[in-house]
Amino acid sequence: MLRLPKFRLEEPTTVEGATALMAEHGEDAMVVAGGTDLWPNMKHGLFEPKVVVSLKRVEAMRGITVDEDGSLRIGATTTLAEMAQSAPVQASAPALAQAASLVAGPQLRTMGTAGGNVMLDTRCQWYNQTHFWRKSLGYCLKKDGTVCHVVAGGRKCVAAASNDTAPTLMSLGATLAFASADGIREVPVGELWKADGIWNKKAERSEILTEIRVPKQAAGHRGAYGKLRDRGSIDYPLFGCAVRMDLGEDGAVAGADLVCVALVARPLRIKRVEELLVGKTPGTEAFDSAVQEVADLAYAQAKPMDNIPGDAEYRRELVPVYVRRTLQAAARGEGPVHHV
Amino acid sequence: MAARDIHGIEAPWTEFKVVGKSHRKIDGMAKATGEAVYADDIQLPGMLHAKTLRSPHAHAKIVSIDTSKAEALPGVHAVITGKDMPIQYGVIPWTPDETALAVDKVRFIGDEVAAVAAIDEDTANAALELIEVVYEELHAYMDPRESLERDEPQIHPNRKNNNVSKHVELEFGDVDGARKASDVVVEGHYEFHGSTHTAIEPHCAVAKVSPEGVLTIWSATQISHYVHRALARVLEWEPQKIRVIQPCIGGAFGGKSDPFSLEFCVAKLSQLTGRPVKMLWTREEVFYAHRGRHPMSLDYTTSATKDGKITGVDAKILIDGGSYSSFGLVTTYYSGQLLTGPYDFPSYRYDSTRVFTNKPPCGPKRGHGSVQPRFAFECQLDEVAEKLGMDPIEIRRKNFHGEHTKTVNGQRITSSGFMECLDKVEKGSGWTERRGKLPFGRGLGVAGSMYISGTNYPIYPNEMPQAGIQLKVDRSGLVTVFSGANDIGQGSNSVVRYIVAEELGMDAADVRVIAADSDLCPVDLGAYSSRVTFMVGNATIDAARKLRKKIVTALAEKWEVPEARVRLIEGRAIDLEDTERSIPSREAFEIAEARFDTLGSTGAYNTPTLGGDYRGGTIGASPAYSFTAHIVEVDVDEETGRITVPKVWCAHDCGRALNPRLVAGQIEGSVYMGIAETLLEDHKVNRFGLHSGPSLLDYRIPTAIDTPEIEAYIVESLDPEGPYGAKEAGEGPLHSAIPALANAVYDAVGIRLRELPFTPAKVLKALREKREQESKAGGAAAAMDRHLGTH
Repeated sequence: MLRLPKFRLEEPTTVEGATALMAEHGEDAMVVAGGTDLWPNMKHGLFEPKVVVSLKRVEAMRGITVDEDGSLRIGATTTLAEMAQSAPVQASAPALAQAASLVAGPQLRTMGTAGGNVMLDTRCQWYNQTHFWRKSLGYCLKKDGTVCHVVAGGRKCVAAASNDTAPTLMSLGATLAFASADGIREVPVGELWKADGIWNKKAERSEILTEIRVPKQAAGHRGAYGKLRDRGSIDYPLFGCAVRMDLGEDGAVAGADLVCVALVARPLRIKRVEELLVGKTPGTEAFDSAVQEVADLAYAQAKPMDNIPGDAEYRRELVPVYVRRTLQAAARGEGPVHHV
Repeated sequence: MAARDIHGIEAPWTEFKVVGKSHRKIDGMAKATGEAVYADDIQLPGMLHAKTLRSPHAHAKIVSIDTSKAEALPGVHAVITGKDMPIQYGVIPWTPDETALAVDKVRFIGDEVAAVAAIDEDTANAALELIEVVYEELHAYMDPRESLERDEPQIHPNRKNNNVSKHVELEFGDVDGARKASDVVVEGHYEFHGSTHTAIEPHCAVAKVSPEGVLTIWSATQISHYVHRALARVLEWEPQKIRVIQPCIGGAFGGKSDPFSLEFCVAKLSQLTGRPVKMLWTREEVFYAHRGRHPMSLDYTTSATKDGKITGVDAKILIDGGSYSSFGLVTTYYSGQLLTGPYDFPSYRYDSTRVFTNKPPCGPKRGHGSVQPRFAFECQLDEVAEKLGMDPIEIRRKNFHGEHTKTVNGQRITSSGFMECLDKVEKGSGWTERRGKLPFGRGLGVAGSMYISGTNYPIYPNEMPQAGIQLKVDRSGLVTVFSGANDIGQGSNSVVRYIVAEELGMDAADVRVIAADSDLCPVDLGAYSSRVTFMVGNATIDAARKLRKKIVTALAEKWEVPEARVRLIEGRAIDLEDTERSIPSREAFEIAEARFDTLGSTGAYNTPTLGGDYRGGTIGASPAYSFTAHIVEVDVDEETGRITVPKVWCAHDCGRALNPRLVAGQIEGSVYMGIAETLLEDHKVNRFGLHSGPSLLDYRIPTAIDTPEIEAYIVESLDPEGPYGAKEAGEGPLHSAIPALANAVYDAVGIRLRELPFTPAKVLKALREKREQESKAGGAAAAMDRHLGTH
């Protein structure tokens, strides 16, 4: 078995206690919630924190509540399984429940958390490997090396955002609450990302994501998530797309959004989706052809790279198929789109 | 073959009481409750932990190794390198090209270079980082075609054939003549990729050396006997001072059939440190140890008459062996020798070449050597049927070779239930009503196959039995069986228990089995080539009948009745004509022990003389062959290219099913594994020579949700030489799953996939090509229509 490097485990019981520890230890500390991302990464020698601050005993960070205004508050250490099975999440943010239900496999979803999936490290076939493997390779740009093996001569890391829930949260206009010794700040999830595979978030590593807030959606809200992967379980996405589709009282599309993942370092919002879909009524030819136009648009904008395992050309070929199927599923109030 | 080796197909006492019924496995509860002890569960006082330093280069000379810093690290007890164990070994005695740790050069990324024993794993790992190795890199071979053509550098120096590991060329009958005289010829090129076993338990070994100089090793091996021999050779240790024990094992599938570096290293390190030493490989290391399915490039030509009779098969095969020989000599023969049934064809030629490359070494994986050719040939048979407008099942029936016959390459066929296998899957799948009538995207495909129940080639030439069994019985009422066989989950210990209980008329729970401990058990050659049930089963009947004879004789004397009146049944001994006279087995054993003194018996099995009279003719010559037919149903998503398999029907002729539940389990496991390597698994090396994803995340084995519904049919042809008529069930049912799936895809969407694995990308490409061809043809047809229209 691969060994975990040695570290000190801290288990604070309050957010303040956690932020104080992070402030105290600075770059030597990392937070862990479910550990489904951090522990394997540490076993691979990708991170070697001296102190790991566990959020498991911070009761205030766990659970799902519905505010009076109908918005959802999801504690960051709520497990993915809880989020996937939550009746309020299924009712008011179906795409999020669907995406959570497709993260990894059942066992991992009972450990992995809502916040952990947002904060997931970017992934790459040249990076998520053991130390021996990476050393034999001569390392890579993201960790310990200077060369990118995805883009010849590349200077910027293109490891892929691989979190299934991130694009759904973007499509839902969610905000994130980050705690630090300086207090709490709120960040719209769409503004969290930057195009740097080494650390793709505009947040300090010492900041702790405590809560995800999903605003109340429109009355005719529909949503779906589509996930391409090799197996019916376990695998990270080879491509993922989140759809928001708000239907007006007349049954026509009043608002829409499409955000994709497993492409580049950040989740990617496809541009001009809303203008193509608004006014089209699901079930009509006009809607179907608008959906096809959106699929073509996604094909033009979403360009998978050889960062994560899987044939990039094939993944690209599947972009319009999954986008179209996910849009249609959302329109029907169905989903997720997945091969099993 | 001695008389002891054939026992007939009949029950020992008019009807079977244990055999043929579904029983729980002997170790089922222990495994389910966690009581079972695997190699890594073993903890000994003062035990050290060992780790392996591996090569980061695919092909390099070792210029120097400096271990001084590692040795100086507190907590490190010993560091060893290739010079500590320079004697070469190999599971096949003719090709010893491995060393426990690399001597002079490394041959793939992951090749073992040095080993450290320390107080714990972390210290051992830290010590590995302190070992300084200077390498001089050499050109690395990744493409087997290059290995065939290029002489320098040689992967194994001083070989006559450069980088060729083995070449076999054999011809039976007149293949070229058959082709000229045939009505239909199908030619094709097929690519079969590599896959690995992915046993859930990684390799692990523990060794200790006693003050008397006895080396004991516990290892997760499926071939204790060859490990024993290899340890004696490499460590220059007398075999009687080595004890090899195989604890409970967490799967093997052929991946634990070679002696491995870790076994030598823990032994050597234990010898040097005077402490017990354990080494457990990581999942990544298991991928480097590999010994999995050989990638093969296969060119096949099949000739047939217009009424569907096959007249000739011509094969040329290039086999990518990876970096060492392993079982490669056998693989190369198997790639040709095992294709000659269940169909009869009068002419056959194969030309197989195994080459070395700088990749993890290939070896035997479930269906060793014959899965790849079977894929190519069964796909061609489908094409022949299509050309002739024949039903694919009919063409298989038409070419059936029959029972008690001989194949074109001289293999003796005894029983064969192949026709019944075809009937079962045909009926079960609704073939007649459904095939060709399903909507576009859905299809059914069929294929058949044959496999060995062990062979009469004992790997190292000797006159001794292939399998041995020893029984001990005493006044406690317990019968202890000492079995040399490696139970790797296939259930050999269970089978031994059922047979003894059947023969001695006992409650199976009163038969205990001690297995695979070389101090206690007689020699068996190991769990490979699907030989165990057949050979060890026969040895068990042999031993049990000798013991039974004593018990019956003692009772007959005591009761003063003829022996024919004594019956051992359901835990009792009774007088058939005076049923008032009935005593428990225990009392019967007491009477026998009083009459004959301490009771025991031995049993053995050896194969008859088999095989063709030519070099290699005994390789693949089996005392009995199993037969299989598959029908696979597929669903092809035209847009995503994804193939899903809703259902598989598999009928397997295993002779008498000693425990139908275990047989069904073997069929299901084989189908799972076959479909897995058809659609998902790919053991590949990237452009740097690195395994592309040596983990259970990146190497995609199907999960429960990816597994088709499987209908397993057991066909019992009752082989005259098998134990009660039994044959193998562990490997045969994998073979035809793969071509049946390929043929189903053709039925579903009209594309012939010839390159494995069948990824969605390849399906989309093939569909595109088909559409292009059709539109060209359509365009031509339209042009023709216009042309005709104008006149």
